[in-house]
Amino acid sequence: MTESLAMLDAPRAATTKAGEVVLSVRNLVKYFEVGGGLFGGPRALVKAVDGVSFDIRRGETLGLVGESGCGKTTTGRCILHLDRPSSGEIVFEGQDLTALSEAALRKARRRIQVIFQDPYSSLNPRMTVGEMIDEPLAVHGIAPEPKARAARVKELLSQVGFAPNMASRYAHQLSGGQRQRVGIARALASEPSLIVCDEPVSALDVSIQAQIINLLEALQERLGLTYLFVAHDLSVVRHISDRVAVMYLGKIVEVTDRDSLYASPQHPYTRALLSAVPIPDPALEAKRERTVLRGEVPSLLKPPSGCVFHSRCPIAIDACRQTVPELREVRAGHRAACLRI
Amino acid sequence: MAPLLEVLDLRTQFTTGRGVIRAVDGVSWDVLPGETVALVGESGCGKSVSALSVMRLVAEPAGRIVGGRILFKGRNLLALSEEEMRQVRGREIGMVFQEPMTSLNPVLTIGRQLTETVEIHLGMTSVQSRARAVELLDTVGIPDPDRRLGQYPHQFSGGMRQRMMIAMALSCNPALVLADEPTTALDVTIQAQILELLKSLSRKFGVAMLIITHNLGVVARYADRVNVMYAGRIIERGTAAAIYAEPRHPYTIGLLRSVPRLDAPRREKLLPIPGQPPDLGRLPPGCAFAPRCDHVVERCHTAVPPLDDVGPGHRAACWVSESLRDRVSA
Repeated sequence: MTESLAMLDAPRAATTKAGEVVLSVRNLVKYFEVGGGLFGGPRALVKAVDGVSFDIRRGETLGLVGESGCGKTTTGRCILHLDRPSSGEIVFEGQDLTALSEAALRKARRRIQVIFQDPYSSLNPRMTVGEMIDEPLAVHGIAPEPKARAARVKELLSQVGFAPNMASRYAHQLSGGQRQRVGIARALASEPSLIVCDEPVSALDVSIQAQIINLLEALQERLGLTYLFVAHDLSVVRHISDRVAVMYLGKIVEVTDRDSLYASPQHPYTRALLSAVPIPDPALEAKRERTVLRGEVPSLLKPPSGCVFHSRCPIAIDACRQTVPELREVRAGHRAACLRI
Repeated sequence: MAPLLEVLDLRTQFTTGRGVIRAVDGVSWDVLPGETVALVGESGCGKSVSALSVMRLVAEPAGRIVGGRILFKGRNLLALSEEEMRQVRGREIGMVFQEPMTSLNPVLTIGRQLTETVEIHLGMTSVQSRARAVELLDTVGIPDPDRRLGQYPHQFSGGMRQRMMIAMALSCNPALVLADEPTTALDVTIQAQILELLKSLSRKFGVAMLIITHNLGVVARYADRVNVMYAGRIIERGTAAAIYAEPRHPYTIGLLRSVPRLDAPRREKLLPIPGQPPDLGRLPPGCAFAPRCDHVVERCHTAVPPLDDVGPGHRAACWVSESLRDRVSA
């Protein structure tokens, strides 16, 4: 199967876009209550997202990285309104989604779509590929005329590199990479301006990951899409993102443009994270200096006082246990939350 | 040096509704005492089934080892009775699996799972086994071992459970540990901790390791020698240094080129391997990689290339391997 897109060979502009802000997240908080209930026991609060703010401009890709429990997936889900935020604002194309009525929210959500991580559980096993791509068109009342609808489905299939006959297949007949393409076509159906990509390639084989990443980039160029790219693979994030935000235990600890983050990470967690990524070069690996973090990621039920990272930080001092560091500008266009910088 | 483990022409098959799948199709490799060898490949290449075959844990009756020999310290494991094999598993060869939560017994305490192994295999008393368990937890860096011994797997984090698995794998001082994707399910900073631990234990106790993974970075960091697998066969083998510096099989080359890397300047587009992973039930005649290969010639479609020497200690199964050397830039 070949990609039938006209691949643009001009290099993607790598730096921050000067365009309009498509998404502005302000002090997003999402707490989950656990425990309690019928059988008693204390109720506890899991602060999955604890005051997160960022902007994404049109045509840009913001990479959101971090390890399990950092809150990146919950952040994505709040933007998609799959989880209701506990507080904060999510301003999308000028409208605060948290303040909208059901009807208005429904309309706005047409323009924000998602690509999920697991190509095996995110597709309906009882629908054909064609039916799954058609569904958003039906739900949002796009192209109500049957011939126009069919043409749109065919166009979407072609955009992800499929021939029209793919429409009659079922998910179980497709490989992981092919299923992910279906997920992408489905996400494009409603002509979104923002797509939340939640670990879109981590469940795929290495040789297929590159195909899907290239596809996502080509589609972004062609259709002017904006991506929130949630992932834990730092090498993939470096490739596809314009700017990157690093999360730890519900907070953003560092955010800047991609080149600055990878060339001169400021926060000790970011540095440890980058150091932990093995590089496919034995000679380089043998010489590399590694920062191996001590201990485990603390439980969200009992986050550390002060700076959430202090319990594992190689340069923590007393003050780090008492004061929550502010996410502030430490270099031009580069923010980090650390008292030691 | 005589190999510790020598796999010779191993063939393992699965009988499914669609016919016979040759999951491991005539594969030979070895592990020397104390070294770390990697089996690398993507899903379906046969690397996990190879390890399960060594331990004779292939799910019967659908799965069967149909040919070959597996020599461990000179003995053919395939010729042993199940009783004899049980003496080998856990005692002489340890295993660390990918998903610690499914490999650990959820209804037994950590302490019981550790002491059970040494009591059965080494005949220790309960006092001796408990002391051994504390020692093992300390070796793998689990703090507060006395309290931990009374806990259950679900009370541990993923990284801790994996340390537990490593402790169990090492409990009887095996000469070899098989680690099947030991860190794939873990966060990257925990992954680094666990792999450092495995490496330092390997050095400290002289334990040989077979690491099975799809992660090329992990292999570069930890393996001495590498076997690259595709569609049930080994298509390239060599030292880690040789494989990464001068890959001589188009699949290895393609794999290395398709992975985004932190150390390389950012390419505008990644260079993926075109096409789909092979369907093991419907392999083409000739080289299994031919349908996706950039360097394919006529012969590739009709004859399976043998694993031949391409350099000192370096082999590749490719008809055009020689010309690749000139065409591929480092």
